Amino acid sequence: MSNEMLLAAQKPVLTDNVISMNNVRKAYTTGKVTFEALKGVDFHARRGEFLAIVGPSGSGKSTMMNIIGCLDIPTSGDYVLDDQVVNKLNSNQLADIRNRKIGFVFQAFNLLPYATAYENVEVPLLFARVNARQRKERIMALLSRVGLADKVANKPTEMSGGEMQRVAIARALANEPDIILADEPTGNLDTKSGGGIVQLFHELWQSGKTIIIITHDMNIARQSGRVFKLKDGLVDTNGNGI
Amino acid sequence: MQWSTIYNVFVRDFRKQKKRITLTIIALCWGTISIMLLLGFGEGLHRQLSVNGKGMGEGISVLWPGQTSLPWKGLGKGRPIRFVPEDVDYLKNKIPELKEVGGEYHRWGVSIKYGDKVVSEHINGLSPNYQDMRNHIPAAGGRMINDLDMQYKRRVVFLGNKLAERLFSDTPADNDNWFQESPLSKEVAQKAVGKEILINGMPFTVVGVQIHKMQMNSYSGMDADKASIPATTFEAVFGDPWLDNIIYMPNDVRRMKEVERKVFEVLGQKYKFDPKDQRALGIWDVAANQKEMDNMLFGIKLFLGIIGGLTLLIAAVGVANIMYVSIKERTREIGIKMAVGARRGYILTQFLLEAILITFAGGFLGMFISIALTEGFKRVNIQSEVLAFMGRPTISIEIGLVVVAILGVMGIMAGLFPAMKAASVSPVESLRYE
Repeated sequence: MSNEMLLAAQKPVLTDNVISMNNVRKAYTTGKVTFEALKGVDFHARRGEFLAIVGPSGSGKSTMMNIIGCLDIPTSGDYVLDDQVVNKLNSNQLADIRNRKIGFVFQAFNLLPYATAYENVEVPLLFARVNARQRKERIMALLSRVGLADKVANKPTEMSGGEMQRVAIARALANEPDIILADEPTGNLDTKSGGGIVQLFHELWQSGKTIIIITHDMNIARQSGRVFKLKDGLVDTNGNGI
Repeated sequence: MQWSTIYNVFVRDFRKQKKRITLTIIALCWGTISIMLLLGFGEGLHRQLSVNGKGMGEGISVLWPGQTSLPWKGLGKGRPIRFVPEDVDYLKNKIPELKEVGGEYHRWGVSIKYGDKVVSEHINGLSPNYQDMRNHIPAAGGRMINDLDMQYKRRVVFLGNKLAERLFSDTPADNDNWFQESPLSKEVAQKAVGKEILINGMPFTVVGVQIHKMQMNSYSGMDADKASIPATTFEAVFGDPWLDNIIYMPNDVRRMKEVERKVFEVLGQKYKFDPKDQRALGIWDVAANQKEMDNMLFGIKLFLGIIGGLTLLIAAVGVANIMYVSIKERTREIGIKMAVGARRGYILTQFLLEAILITFAGGFLGMFISIALTEGFKRVNIQSEVLAFMGRPTISIEIGLVVVAILGVMGIMAGLFPAMKAASVSPVESLRYE
């Protein structure tokens, strides 16, 4: 059975749109120069979908990710996440959404260098005001789930890239978000560890999470349920079938 | 805003970053110590100079007889003037502005003997008001010459502290240096009082020993080296008809010049010389000297103040720089925290708390170390002529608090601004910061 068929067989039932973008534009102004990274993008993701956003450098992938992840807000256009109109929220509300609804996995891991694996996973839980006992239970469960039960007290400097990315995934899962957003999660990893990470995303997807991976690695994109192509800040309608 | 969240994150991060925090505290501490010690030594120098300048007495003028240089009422120039003991009362009666007047005899190279110790020293005949005018202050257990001593021409002697040490101490200190600090030992002060010493073979009873004082100027040697006996006794014993000096102190030191003019008029009338003849009498206006000294001290204080201010500025820039860099390099950390759901307020409160704790810990630590150092320095007994001039560093708590407050506010602002900037831009930009 091919990989695609396996995925199709296990595909969870897709329900409503968890992410809905209509004519989203994002412009950056540096001095007198204004650069439009997104020039009116429509994008929808359904709950439980596994999708890849691909495109060459400068296509607006990262801007997409930042807007989906509520790290940034669109200059114009609507972005509705889980029935909430994101472009109308203030910074505290955005922080709360990032904390509870979205789990981030970055290419550069973005772990706190001075903190152990345990403490890194703890950060979002602290901001979500989870009590100490529950924090401990959840962190231990998450670290075992990503296969790092024995590296709880290790700092990022004492771990391999693959292990660091697993810590980052555990952190992304801390508040049980619906959406996992990964920006080139395997970009800094060798093939073997990268494969392990992709495998982990598959498992998460099977457990019902919406997974959005931004990548330009076509091998990873092929393993997703759907590929969304960007080119020059616009949806690339050609060759969606990869 | 949830204080428990802020507290949890704060305590956790604080514990995690001991090294960075310790280094920042040490830097702040050092800044505080250096400026406080500078100001402390400055203050010590200032105090010491103003004390030293007053050892010989405050608000007095010293007179000594001269020679006329102008002809006056048929008398030619070059006529010597001599003071007699009666001049003291004469001046006091004629010039009501005078508070105290005293006459003084000197004799050098007088043998003074106690037991088997003999020294050749300077003997003074003077009056009880030298205690006020010239700071002849007795150590505990003794007294200065008094009015009855004067009246009965008693053979009593008031000893300078160094002279007393030489006569009565078993281990007299090296006395070559006038400015050498030699605190009078308690035993010597107590041992000397009531003892008989021989001055030129005549027995005198010691009634008191002078306390240690810093004296920077003199007209007849240092008081510490002298033996003082009542002026009346001196006259009787040595048969000296002429006073060597007259010292007076006006009621109001601001009227010194006016009093001086009157002294010339009154004595000019008595001894028949031109009141404008500046060479008929020698005069040393110690108060004018002290005024100059005060101006100089003000200059020193101003100088130290400017240096202190500039040092404070440098320290403040240093502290601001440390805080700025230490927060700036955590921009990425701020980005990470915001990406996983920290609100802006959490970030700012955490960094503000950290900055407050670090700057005040460093500031107060520095303040206490400076105080401990200067207190320690005060207690160590160092025999040094440098110290006698420089004085002991003195730190005022008020200045310390102002220094700590200024450095603290600078540190906090320098820490808060980059934190505010990092928290106000989108987390993406903070994450990109290297």
